[in-house]
Amino acid sequence: MAERKAIIGSRVGLHARPAAIFAEAAAELPVEVTIALEGEPAEDAMDASSILSLMGLGAEHGTTVVLRAEGDGAEAALDQLVTILETDHDAE
Amino acid sequence: MSKKFTGVGVSAGRVIGQVRRMPEPILAPADGAPLPQGVSPEEESQRLAEASKAVATGLKERAAVATGDAQAVLKATALMASDRTLLKSATKLVSSGTCAESAIWEAADAVATQLTALGGYMAERAGDVLDVRARIVAELRGVPAPGIPDSDQPFILAAVDLAPADTATLDPAKVLALVTSDGGPQSHTAIIARSLGLPAIVAAPETTELADGDYVFVDGIDGLVVTDPSEAEEHLAQTYANREVLPDFSGTGELSDGYRVPLLSNVGSGEDAQLAAAAGAEGVGLLRTEFCFLGKEKEPTHEEQVAAYGAVFAAFAGKKVVVRTLDAGADKPLPFLTDASEPNPALGVRGYRTDMTSPGVLERQLKAIAQATSEHEADVWVMAPMISTPAEAQDFAQMARAAGLATAGTMIEVPSAAVLAGQILQRCDFVSIGTNDLTQYTMAADRQLGTLAELNDPWQPAVLHMVAATTAGAQSADGKPVGVCGEAAADPALAVVLVGLGVTTLSMNKRALAPVSAVLRTVDFAKAKRLAKLALDAPSAELARSAVRAELSELDRFGL
Repeated sequence: MAERKAIIGSRVGLHARPAAIFAEAAAELPVEVTIALEGEPAEDAMDASSILSLMGLGAEHGTTVVLRAEGDGAEAALDQLVTILETDHDAE
Repeated sequence: MSKKFTGVGVSAGRVIGQVRRMPEPILAPADGAPLPQGVSPEEESQRLAEASKAVATGLKERAAVATGDAQAVLKATALMASDRTLLKSATKLVSSGTCAESAIWEAADAVATQLTALGGYMAERAGDVLDVRARIVAELRGVPAPGIPDSDQPFILAAVDLAPADTATLDPAKVLALVTSDGGPQSHTAIIARSLGLPAIVAAPETTELADGDYVFVDGIDGLVVTDPSEAEEHLAQTYANREVLPDFSGTGELSDGYRVPLLSNVGSGEDAQLAAAAGAEGVGLLRTEFCFLGKEKEPTHEEQVAAYGAVFAAFAGKKVVVRTLDAGADKPLPFLTDASEPNPALGVRGYRTDMTSPGVLERQLKAIAQATSEHEADVWVMAPMISTPAEAQDFAQMARAAGLATAGTMIEVPSAAVLAGQILQRCDFVSIGTNDLTQYTMAADRQLGTLAELNDPWQPAVLHMVAATTAGAQSADGKPVGVCGEAAADPALAVVLVGLGVTTLSMNKRALAPVSAVLRTVDFAKAKRLAKLALDAPSAELARSAVRAELSELDRFGL
């Protein structure tokens, strides 16, 4: 099981636009990725490709989240997603 | 055969085009309705998956041709339509024997509730989830998707009435005119039509007969819809299409004789204020402070308020900005201020009156306004909504001055305040007439009721007499200023009448600045006074309007 922590970079939190960018990227990966708030049990983690789950997470700017994935390419996939989470998409 | 339907013209313009009807709203399926006879859960799940995919594809196609914010919203909505978590929880319900419609309804409800609980921005997105749900159910039922119809060709939108959510997605490049069978001159439909500059007719009950594809003439000036238009109507539409382009507003409102009538703008946010300033507004005649309160569970903090008001003041350095303190209640409820169980909210604890039930909110708001004032260069005035007595005006003025605000006034919306305007102005510095509520209270007619549209017309001579009583009161109080900040100020012909009645400033949607200024420049003060007298003496709103319009030939030139 690969695991990465990321701090939400978007100033307004993981809202519709950043969530859409992230969910789309997660859906295109070869592995299934889950997302949870830091400190929450792994079994409560949610599908990272679901925009509704991401929004329901209520992750704000500066919140730490945990990404998890298993299998071939998991490490590379998580690295890619961490970059997306830590970018401030509202500044673009 | 050609048919003629009459209604109330609420936004000028004459056009011909094809009708598209607003689809019926999607009704909720029965709670936990079972699978249809003979259909397996697998088949039903497949049907649900296909519907969600079709909706997502449709939204993606629209996103591909959209730009900017609209594109981002459509993209996100498309992702919601095919969301794996949503589909999983709906499919689970289908497996336990629920039909697809009820399953997706219930699953989306749970998501929306969760987002609402998060508050703020996420709570607003709950509406998007419910919109996606309605689209999927429409797809499952094989009926048109809810909301404004998609069409390549511009069309005339016919509806019962439009909700704020519908008008938010209305594309003025696709819609030629609005026709509603219900709604009044102050309805959301009327307000959005005027702000987009679209011809519109409301309260035309027979227009429910109009069907998709009908070819009609819409006359927003005379309040008429004509099916199978004749040459005469083609000519009218052509004349309107060839109307003289309105000159941009120069930034100085005046009559032909140089009599000054500052033209200000109504504003609801910092961004709005920048657009109004760019349109030449000489200041803000009405800053609706609700924008920083609505949709909030709790009162915004001092810092949040100071920043929100400051953003507006920054756009009008050295100019007047009239701030209306929080106007909650009636059609603008706020969970921490208003009592939703009142039997008659329009006559209940709203506006300034909420200070009786929730003392402190107003005082803190005044403090925030004073703080923002000290940080900017704008000439800030404050006024309270829903003042009924001179004593209330005095209390408010004292409260404002205690907060460090130099200029305090009141709105004139309640007839009692219009009648005692002189006494009110002996206790504060200015008044501003809110014609929408003043009309509703003078005529005892609910603003949103289509049936009462004729009563709910600011051209009603009784309403104009209320304006005259207010300006007479101001004369007796050293000629203190009387503004108008209701929809009436945005009607160019009525604007002339208001000036003739002695109103000193007019505040309106920024789009109305150019037409109102152009028409004011065609009359001198003596003519404005004469037209005001014509309107006051008319026996009905209709006759007041037609008598005044007949004297303003320039209206036709500009197609107003």
